[in-house]
Amino acid sequence: MRESREWTPQSIQTEIDALKHKPGALLPILHAIQDRFGFVPEGAVPIIAESLGQTRTEVHGVISFYHHFRTSPPGRHVLQVCRAEACQSVGGRALEAHAKARLGIDYHQTTTDREITLEAVYCLGNCACGPSIRVGNEVWGRVTPTAFDALVDELCTQPLEVIG
Amino acid sequence: MSFRVFVPRDTTALSLGADAVAARLEREAATRGLEMTVVRNGSRGAAWLEPLVEVETVNGRVAYGPVTPGDVPALLDSGLLEGNVSHPLARGLTEEIDYFARQQRLTFARIGITDPLSIDDYRAHRGFCGLEAALRREPQDIVEEVKASGLRGRGGAAFPTGIKWQTVLDTPADQKYIVCNADEGDSGTFADRLAMECDPYMLIEGMAIAGLAVEATQGYIYLRSEYPLAKQILDEAIARAEQAGYLGDNLCGSGRVFHLEVRLGAGAYICGEETSLLESLEGKRGMVRFKPPLPAIEGLFGLPTVVNNVLSLAAVPFILSEGAEAYASHGMGRSRGTLALQLAGNVQRGGLVELAFGTTLRTLMEEFGGGTASGRPLRAVQVGGPLCAYLPESQWDMPLDYETFADVGAGVGHGGVVMFDESVDMAEQARFSMEFCKVESCGKCTPCRIGSTRGVEVIDRIRADQHREANLALLHDLCETMVDGSLCAMGGMTPFPVQSALKHFPDDFQRTADGDRS
Ligand SMILES: Cc1cc2nc3c(=O)[nH]c(=O)nc-3n(C[C@H](O)[C@H](O)[C@H](O)COP(=O)(O)O)c2cc1C
Ligand code: SF4
Ligand code: FES
Ligand code: FES
Repeated sequence: MRESREWTPQSIQTEIDALKHKPGALLPILHAIQDRFGFVPEGAVPIIAESLGQTRTEVHGVISFYHHFRTSPPGRHVLQVCRAEACQSVGGRALEAHAKARLGIDYHQTTTDREITLEAVYCLGNCACGPSIRVGNEVWGRVTPTAFDALVDELCTQPLEVIG
Repeated sequence: MSFRVFVPRDTTALSLGADAVAARLEREAATRGLEMTVVRNGSRGAAWLEPLVEVETVNGRVAYGPVTPGDVPALLDSGLLEGNVSHPLARGLTEEIDYFARQQRLTFARIGITDPLSIDDYRAHRGFCGLEAALRREPQDIVEEVKASGLRGRGGAAFPTGIKWQTVLDTPADQKYIVCNADEGDSGTFADRLAMECDPYMLIEGMAIAGLAVEATQGYIYLRSEYPLAKQILDEAIARAEQAGYLGDNLCGSGRVFHLEVRLGAGAYICGEETSLLESLEGKRGMVRFKPPLPAIEGLFGLPTVVNNVLSLAAVPFILSEGAEAYASHGMGRSRGTLALQLAGNVQRGGLVELAFGTTLRTLMEEFGGGTASGRPLRAVQVGGPLCAYLPESQWDMPLDYETFADVGAGVGHGGVVMFDESVDMAEQARFSMEFCKVESCGKCTPCRIGSTRGVEVIDRIRADQHREANLALLHDLCETMVDGSLCAMGGMTPFPVQSALKHFPDDFQRTADGDRS
């Protein structure tokens, strides 16, 4: 069973302690926290700052610099649509518009049922088979609007993982 | 009789259903009582044939593709396991497929042939010969070999790799670093990804050789977070290489040391710029540094650091094992060796095409690419990534060579070739260039940060036909300001695609966004 996605100061500290000896540990720590809890909670910032001997402002500055890090919980699935040129050349813009319309949300938003968070991405390295999208750690190529709808239906009917 | 069937496991093959094809093959084999092993190899790089299923025969491997799970029963019925080529998806012997046979694979010689994680496979294809050769030579000797190969950085700036290494070797320090730039942010590029997913030991070997050459004992691969599969494969490959003595405290029993670790980026294009990358590796915001000092002298944590692109480092094992001359004998002018071209976008036969420098774009796009995927006429090509110019047909006959491209204000960059058919609206593409810069600017300089925001607004006004001529003039000025006043190529080159669109496709700036001519 998967570890709890509810964060506690202790669980944040555990992630930090496993990595803080590394040179330049902040990014690995932020990744570890986001991988485990889905986002970097506000409450983690002072703990990280304290552990690394940095100011909270510094830690905030790093979190906000990188598009990847989020400070609020995402939906059950994070769906990224590639917005970059190679995908544009094969209908990426239309797919992007379709995705927003189908989900009824814009980028950085989550559907009201909290199933899907939509994000933009600038290239997934799948540029010979666009338009491309990524869900979790999986990439999908040559995504037509129909294929997109089928995928979304499938994602939304997956049983919830047992959590806790 | 036991059969070996190959189903690739790189991101592109997976994005087109390779896992389902492999599963279906195994299920069918079980029901039919066939003795069959499915090997998950890397991709050969022909994205248009993925998932490309191969079967081993006495004459060599026979290819079928692109295969869907539904094709599997009929393929087996038609004699796939015996290499029968009667099925419409049969492509004959893999090595004889024109797309592969016409390439010059020096760096990508192994991809798709081997199981990416098998050290035995790697060794069976001259893997680690370069490292073994390097272990027998003095650091200066290794640097000389790389210099003699003529290798220039494949990350975009084309700086001679051997000269960079010399600077690091000549700078005394207790600790030096080898940093691999695996940020591969340019749209239309995936060669770094293929190298890492399909032949990870090649990169590991190249980095270890770099470490020996400049006396660095620690390496980092700064990998973009958009490549989770590459992360997984590299981590596993590093662990296995350590186990086998190709990394760690005693390289091949020589007593020499080289440690390697993968670090993930976090979705910032600017972190592909080498100084921003180093800031990021240090755990900071990816703000671009002023140069000098050069990273070679004051790089990671202020210490001498080699920063090289994946493909620059990946070229090194070949150079050490086969000799500089074997590499330098390919190419034209000052562009030596081979270039990993990536056919992307609206293309019939997209994928990786490794060729000696000197081929023309037209040859590449027509003979390898087979024209557009849509079948409509090709109109514009962006070569070298989002900071490089869009090229109109009049420029498709130039040979691919750093100097030839630079002379016309174009770039080879990381070798990405993104094709657009006639439906493209070049004013919209120009707008995107500015928008991308706005999203990805590190924010250090005003022309880049504010200029790109203004650029989007101005192009919007042009497309909405508000004071069109005045705003076109403003856009020209804005581009010049960005080119002249930006610290790095993000702000300094974003105008190139915009200016090329204005110059070569002026009509697109004379109609409104909904397509009507005004
Ligand atoms: C905005 C920007 C983005 C860049 N992105 C990359 C990248 O993703 N990968 C890369 O290897 N080089 C990238 N570069 C080039 C690096 O700054 C640097 O030149 C390169 O890593 C040096 O390695 P090489 O000599 O082996 O090419 C980028 C440069 C700029 C200005
Ligand atoms: S040009 Fe842009 S990305 Fe480069 S240093 Fe200046 S603000 Fe940062
Ligand atoms: S441009 Fe979309 S995957 Fe590369
Ligand atoms: S201020 Fe930009 S067009 Fe007027």
